[in-house]
Amino acid sequence: MSHRETDEHSGVETTGHEWDGIRELDNPLPRWWLYIFYGCIVIAAIYWVFMPSWPGVNSYAKGMLNQSDRVDVAKQLEALQTQRGAEGAMLRSASLETIEADPKLQAYALAVGQSVFGDNCATCHGVGGTGSKGYANLRDDVWLWGGSLQDIQHTIQVGVRSEDPQTRQSQMPAFGRDQILKPAQIDDLTEYVVALSRRPANAAAVARAAPVFAEQCVACHGPQGKGNVALGGPDLTDADWLYGGNQADIREQIWNGRGGVMPAWQGRFSPETIKALAVYVHANAGGQ
Amino acid sequence: MWTKHAKFERHSLWMIIGIVIVVSIGGLVEISPLFYLESTVEEVDGMRPYTPLELEGRDIYIREGCYTCHSQMIRPLRDEVERYGHYSLAAESMYDHPFQWGSKRTGPDLARVGGKYSDSWHKDHLTDPRSVVPESVMPPYAFLRDKDLDYRQVQAKLSAMTKVGVPYTQDQIDNATADLEAQADPFDSRATALKKRYGAKLAQRDFDGDPDRLTEMDALIAYLQMLGGLVDFRTYRAEAPENQR
Repeated sequence: MSHRETDEHSGVETTGHEWDGIRELDNPLPRWWLYIFYGCIVIAAIYWVFMPSWPGVNSYAKGMLNQSDRVDVAKQLEALQTQRGAEGAMLRSASLETIEADPKLQAYALAVGQSVFGDNCATCHGVGGTGSKGYANLRDDVWLWGGSLQDIQHTIQVGVRSEDPQTRQSQMPAFGRDQILKPAQIDDLTEYVVALSRRPANAAAVARAAPVFAEQCVACHGPQGKGNVALGGPDLTDADWLYGGNQADIREQIWNGRGGVMPAWQGRFSPETIKALAVYVHANAGGQ
Repeated sequence: MWTKHAKFERHSLWMIIGIVIVVSIGGLVEISPLFYLESTVEEVDGMRPYTPLELEGRDIYIREGCYTCHSQMIRPLRDEVERYGHYSLAAESMYDHPFQWGSKRTGPDLARVGGKYSDSWHKDHLTDPRSVVPESVMPPYAFLRDKDLDYRQVQAKLSAMTKVGVPYTQDQIDNATADLEAQADPFDSRATALKKRYGAKLAQRDFDGDPDRLTEMDALIAYLQMLGGLVDFRTYRAEAPENQR
């Protein structure tokens, strides 16, 4: 097969192959391509000298620049603190009230709070903070664990029924599932809770449930059903229902005694980020 | 020299041998040192192998292809560290076979998702992602809730892990089934033994909110809730020279 010859039209040698009369010119590689290829080899050799590359027996060649991604990121994070400037430093040192009273600082805290909220809190509480069934609404100034700046900050720090030892903790008994009350008593209590929130209810059932409520529920929900922020007992007289306010929802809640979990965020966020979040949530809710 | 090159071009066997030699130089230099260099994996406190329930959860994670949309690798870049937390350490995936670093983020990185949301959120989200995240494009995995976890193989799985270097003890392998059941039930009396075998940093509860059944949802949530939470960063010195890369 090998029979090299010179092509008469182009003056270039052929490879000597021939398939059904078709022959192939043996053109050299384009020069520009070849020089880029050589250039890459040279750059690789320079790279070996300056950057971490070759492995050794116990370690690897660190390179003359001593480059390290982990050192770089630590420096960048430090630079970020400087970049955040006076407001960033104030956020660390100032009290929550001072932050809220100073318009410039508050605007800064709100901006930080909004971005952190969107990334971490909105997944449960909703992008606007309005919550959904089982996830608290943070826009209505009705609070399970208190709505002051300090209360909000503390809730963010330790969470609710979280793994933090200081966590906010309350547990409504599962009156139906654990057979503390009879189904008929739970039906009556449901009517009683409906009546508490000033809606029409079966008067006879309400009367029957009154002693049961006094015995089982007042410890957390209070004698008037107004709740108790210190114990995390929700107010039953308003129109705000974490697990739904219709009869079936209320009955299910008495039966199962659900309680949600909010993670503790201290450790995951810096203290100043938690402060910014507290200011953000407080401002959005109307500021109790 | 260039005429010799023609030899490679004209004989497929020489070409194959040449390719194998060139590619294996790349592989030997880039991959094999990771197996013998001690400095690859950082020394940390807190790492432990997966509990049997978490291991079953990880298998569901792999089976459902979660890794095709979720990475488990926070890179040492400012924006990633700001968003997800401390960058991932090699030590954190040293018991992962295969590792779940992934290469694509359609959804967010999950390397430190453990403890970030509640169990019931994970259940709601896996059942119907758009019920809690309206703009999500994640498919629903509601069937996990209704499917009993098949853990007949769990003992063999632990034993297989030891073959690739995960330091499960014989005690852990022998009690795998009991440990798995104990972790999913907050009232199980075998919990003390479970915590003795795997350490106190372990969540023992009914993960899917259905106390009567041990479902695939239980296992997957148990796995998700422990991601990224094992290493004790209070004792890890990120700035130490041996921890620089």
